Amino acid sequence: MANLLELYKAVVGEDIIYELSQLARVLKGIKIVHINSTKVGGGVAEILSTMVQLTTSLGIETSWEVIEGSPEFFECTKQFHNAIQGYKSTILNPHHLKVYEDTNRSNADQFRAVIENADVVFVHDPQPAALISSFPNRKNKWVWRCHIDASDPNRATWKYLRNYIRQYDASIFSLVDFVQPMPHPIYLIPPSIDPLSEKNIELTPEQVQGVYSRFNIDPNRPVILQVSRFDSFKDPLGVIEAYSLAKKFKHGIQLVLAGGGAPDDPEGEKVLSAVKALAENDPDIHVLFLPSDSHRTINALQRAADIVLQKSLKEGFGLTVTEALWKGKCVIGGNCGGIRLQVINHHTGFVVNTPEGAAERIRFLLQTPHVMKEMGENGRRFVHDNFLTTRHLRDYLSLIISLIKPTNRRIEIHKIGLT
Amino acid sequence: MSNSEQSFYVKNCALAATATGERASSLLELRDKLVLIDEGCIYFHFWGARMTHQIVHTQHHNDFARWVHEQLHDHVLGERLSIIDPTEFDSLELLRQELVEAVERRLDDYQIMLWTKKEDRFHFVSSTIIVFESTLTIGNPDALLQVVPKLAPGSIYYHFIDARARTPERVDDFSVWLKQFGAKYDPLVEEIQSIDPYFLTLPQVKEELIQVINKFFKG
Repeated sequence: MANLLELYKAVVGEDIIYELSQLARVLKGIKIVHINSTKVGGGVAEILSTMVQLTTSLGIETSWEVIEGSPEFFECTKQFHNAIQGYKSTILNPHHLKVYEDTNRSNADQFRAVIENADVVFVHDPQPAALISSFPNRKNKWVWRCHIDASDPNRATWKYLRNYIRQYDASIFSLVDFVQPMPHPIYLIPPSIDPLSEKNIELTPEQVQGVYSRFNIDPNRPVILQVSRFDSFKDPLGVIEAYSLAKKFKHGIQLVLAGGGAPDDPEGEKVLSAVKALAENDPDIHVLFLPSDSHRTINALQRAADIVLQKSLKEGFGLTVTEALWKGKCVIGGNCGGIRLQVINHHTGFVVNTPEGAAERIRFLLQTPHVMKEMGENGRRFVHDNFLTTRHLRDYLSLIISLIKPTNRRIEIHKIGLT
Repeated sequence: MSNSEQSFYVKNCALAATATGERASSLLELRDKLVLIDEGCIYFHFWGARMTHQIVHTQHHNDFARWVHEQLHDHVLGERLSIIDPTEFDSLELLRQELVEAVERRLDDYQIMLWTKKEDRFHFVSSTIIVFESTLTIGNPDALLQVVPKLAPGSIYYHFIDARARTPERVDDFSVWLKQFGAKYDPLVEEIQSIDPYFLTLPQVKEELIQVINKFFKG
């Protein structure tokens, strides 16, 4: 485990690891448990996998439990997920709600010992949120971590879930814009990327260049890339329009639209068909429908690109933007969600509102490679300082201290140890 | 003074940012909230944001100025708010009063009230600063050469940024500590105090510090 810290030290710097060790020493002896609904796949599992290992390697006993449920349970929680993100026509089905409550109760019984033994319990997203009701005499601190955009939820669903969430000692939202009022402290902790994961690890030039031949991309002409699901909120048609407008001035550019989609997502298939139809007469548009585990391929594509677009119309935090910035790429992003936090005009890229705006910025950047290079360097530094797993963990440890100590704007810990 | 009294005990800190749920969509709302909001929000939007994910905006040195400029497009008030130096005020309460005064003066000029879109509202954020001891100690001025390169970003924030809000002198902790060693170190103190943290990220502040210390000791 100590070796893990060495690996991160090589990427984030000795001072950052030293800082984490100091903070962890303050919390020595406490036990943490994280609870979510999946061990693999999805951003939450990726973050937890690294977070748990790192916390443990810092000497804090940390465990990770995953709740189990029937397909009906996950159907219900998928509806919760969509409803929190603003899908207005969700209708709560009483049978589904009973399945949700029963499943949380049975999982609470299964994990009772580990939960009661922990000092701090982090519960991630709506799936396990109702666990708290099974611990009416709890002595430990419970924190609900919301990984999704709850700024404009379906009211009925939120009203139902809020009854559970309000019982927690604190909640965490990724952005201040995503927050819903609660009768407890609401912490703001943005997500992060793992610099050592398959998606972000350094690649050799050969690995990067491999994608050119694999996907028939010309390495001698500029590549514009958007990585996202084929989803109308990601506006792939707007990306093609921006590319077409920019191509009138920069004839050699190529566009790569890389992403996947759930096989049972009818909307995704419709969007993909529309994208293919629009792209079919232009050999310089490459539409890549990739399997969900194509992390290295995406990594190489991002590194091979000259400019990365994330022209979303609605976005959560936008970790694909973080990934691109980490790889030193200038990003042109839609004016929404966490993109606004990461893409700073003239510093790490440009925020745009229309395909026309995106086209104009593509032209500007291709015309001024020195600006593009400087902004790329800014972006990598920006992510290094703010959006890596190590910062995420520091925020979690800070939260725990502020929860355990009496509330005060300034907590002075004069001796190592909380007492 | 004994050796131990002269030592500089390096501290570190972390910041836990919390949403207050208070928001403003217009200058009038900003004024109304400023009057009532917890002092912790004033601290955060002037100082604490430096420890979170925000970059250094060279044009505006506090979140209020930036919001007024970027979202309300009131460039006049943006400039007036930006120039407010929080170190000139003995308390956050006095700083709050200065802010309110600047906003109210501008409100007098308004013929129509400017509003923002829902997604561009100002969100009041507060924070808890957690200060803890590091294992680093600087025994004498020469040791700055070895210790400063090892400082974590939280230590830079605590001793260089937070110190300006915390100490009676309203300067960084390094300058105050060096003063006890006599006039020999005055040029170094002057160089350290001339580092303007408002234009630098925490890693950049550290780099500047290393440079002035190296220059002083190594020439």
